[in-house]
Amino acid sequence: MNQKIILYLCLLAFGIAAPFLFPAFKLQISIMWILVVLSLTWDVQGGQMGYNTFGNIMFFGLGMYICSSFQIGLFFPLAEWTASGGEKTFVHTPTQFFQGFFIGLILAAIIPAIVAAIIGYGILGLRGHYFAICTLGLGIAAGEFAGGIELVGAGQGMTSPPWPKGIGDTELRSEFFYYICFLLMVFTFLFLRWAYSTRFGLVLNAIRDNEDKAEAMGINTMRYKITGWVVSAFFVGMAGGLMGNMIGYIEPVETAFAGRTFGVFMVLMAILGGKGTLWGPVIGAIAFHIFKEGFWTFFLGWQYVALGALIVVVVIFFPEGIMGWLREKYPERFGEIIDEEDRKAQVELK
Amino acid sequence: MDLLIFQIPILMVQASLDGILLGTLFALIAYGMALQWGVMNIINIAQGELVILGGYIAYFMYVAGIHPAFGVIVSPIIMYFIGWSLYKTIIFRVVDRDLFISILATFGISILTQQLMNFIFGSDVVVAQSNFGTTFLFNYMVTLPNAKIFAAAISIIFAVLLVLYMRRSKLGRAIRATAQNARAAKILGVDTESVYAATFGINAALCGVAGSLIAITFTLHPYVGLPYTVRSFMIVIVAGLGNLPGVALSGMGLGVFEEFSDYIFGTEFRIAAVFLLLVLILVYRRFKLSRKREYLK
Repeated sequence: MNQKIILYLCLLAFGIAAPFLFPAFKLQISIMWILVVLSLTWDVQGGQMGYNTFGNIMFFGLGMYICSSFQIGLFFPLAEWTASGGEKTFVHTPTQFFQGFFIGLILAAIIPAIVAAIIGYGILGLRGHYFAICTLGLGIAAGEFAGGIELVGAGQGMTSPPWPKGIGDTELRSEFFYYICFLLMVFTFLFLRWAYSTRFGLVLNAIRDNEDKAEAMGINTMRYKITGWVVSAFFVGMAGGLMGNMIGYIEPVETAFAGRTFGVFMVLMAILGGKGTLWGPVIGAIAFHIFKEGFWTFFLGWQYVALGALIVVVVIFFPEGIMGWLREKYPERFGEIIDEEDRKAQVELK
Repeated sequence: MDLLIFQIPILMVQASLDGILLGTLFALIAYGMALQWGVMNIINIAQGELVILGGYIAYFMYVAGIHPAFGVIVSPIIMYFIGWSLYKTIIFRVVDRDLFISILATFGISILTQQLMNFIFGSDVVVAQSNFGTTFLFNYMVTLPNAKIFAAAISIIFAVLLVLYMRRSKLGRAIRATAQNARAAKILGVDTESVYAATFGINAALCGVAGSLIAITFTLHPYVGLPYTVRSFMIVIVAGLGNLPGVALSGMGLGVFEEFSDYIFGTEFRIAAVFLLLVLILVYRRFKLSRKREYLK
């Protein structure tokens, strides 16, 4: 137990010190924490509950649009902002910026959660192929719709409010966003860690293992499924709002409802790390991000081909991921006791 | 206002005819998906990418100076081998494994193919000119490009040929037997592995036909594959597996729906309308099924 606390403290210290240790990679590490949030929340559905969603990216984009719209709309007319290309005509004062940012961020978490609860009732009753393709459709439809709404800039997108002038330089800006991202990641991780240790986590696993049986045992599975989806939407929406502010520009298909990048990444990261485990998505996200940033440049234009190939290879050959592999290799570390004779007997049976 | 009232019936006829012609094409793709879904129990998310790949074959024939309509013959042959080798390299590893793996693996293939096409063929929107001219109906009020009529006719011909092939030939019998019960078929001496490979190849060949027809009637772009996957999925779940007239009818229904949604919501919402229709159909189906379950209780 003590060992665990020391490990957590070390990681926390690393997270806090990282912007000073690697000042050149602040933005990259912030994006890494966002990716960790995405893969952790994907794992609530994909790993723990056994519902493979391709649609969580919808909440990401929704959060991004909602956060920036409120940040602007609270103080200035939104339509004129998007029409004029943003900061050229209107300037946020520091107070306005921070007020707008926090209100926007909270709404960016709450509104997607409500949306998730509403649509969840309709589509979480679907199973297997149907659920996967339905969520795939939802994610893309959301992007197409956002690309048709004039108020938020239609296909051209909109800018999110720039960092207010007069309070520090871009260094401070990236540090500010870094710590918000880090906080979000830590909070998501701790929340899910707690949630998996309660009855909620057990029910999610029961749904994954055999939903009909879980229902027959008297569990209202629909309620738990919706709760899980709402939790995911909450954190993903907040991550989206942050991401929109951090990169400063929102484009419907490339950044907000980015099914081709983040939407795929979150699935791949969770599987790479090991779905259905707490640490798997975290490890997967960090490994994937390092791989992406380190080696993407060598592929030069082939990176998305490499991404597709990586998905196929990981899914077919390592469906259990890094954590699953570790578990196979060092079962004692995971608290499993191996009965050697029993294992041999099983091998013979095969 | 007078003009609008005068125009509405014509628009209706135009949209319905366009939709029906378009729908036969969708039905052809959906037929391939139904075949492979029924036999291998895999939903191929890369279906749309196979269609686009087939279209590019026709397009390159056009670039080389051959009339793109011959793509209807060349493209399925090439696509059959592409599908067959795809099965032999990747798909055979995911048959019989859990659903999650097959969906994600085909999803990966879809991204891989998209990006390869983008890299090799470029990201421009291309079209193969067929120069088939246009047919005018009702005193020049309804216009139908001959290419669309050609596409619908070819789709029907290929669908009929395939139905006959499945009924009469030895391989067709083996495929149907495997679809009914793979294990029993294996015991009775059917080489299910090669049946699966052939099924996937036939599916890819159908996609090739559809793709080359799309190349002459519409436009091609590396990233437009996914809507075709979703359309064919939608058609299959509305019609049900193994219900061929149903596939044809719901394909045409979808085509008409799309044409009408073009007029009502505007062309920029076309893809969104298709995807939303999918969601609505699935949700409707879910509530219908859950009501059925309650009756059983």
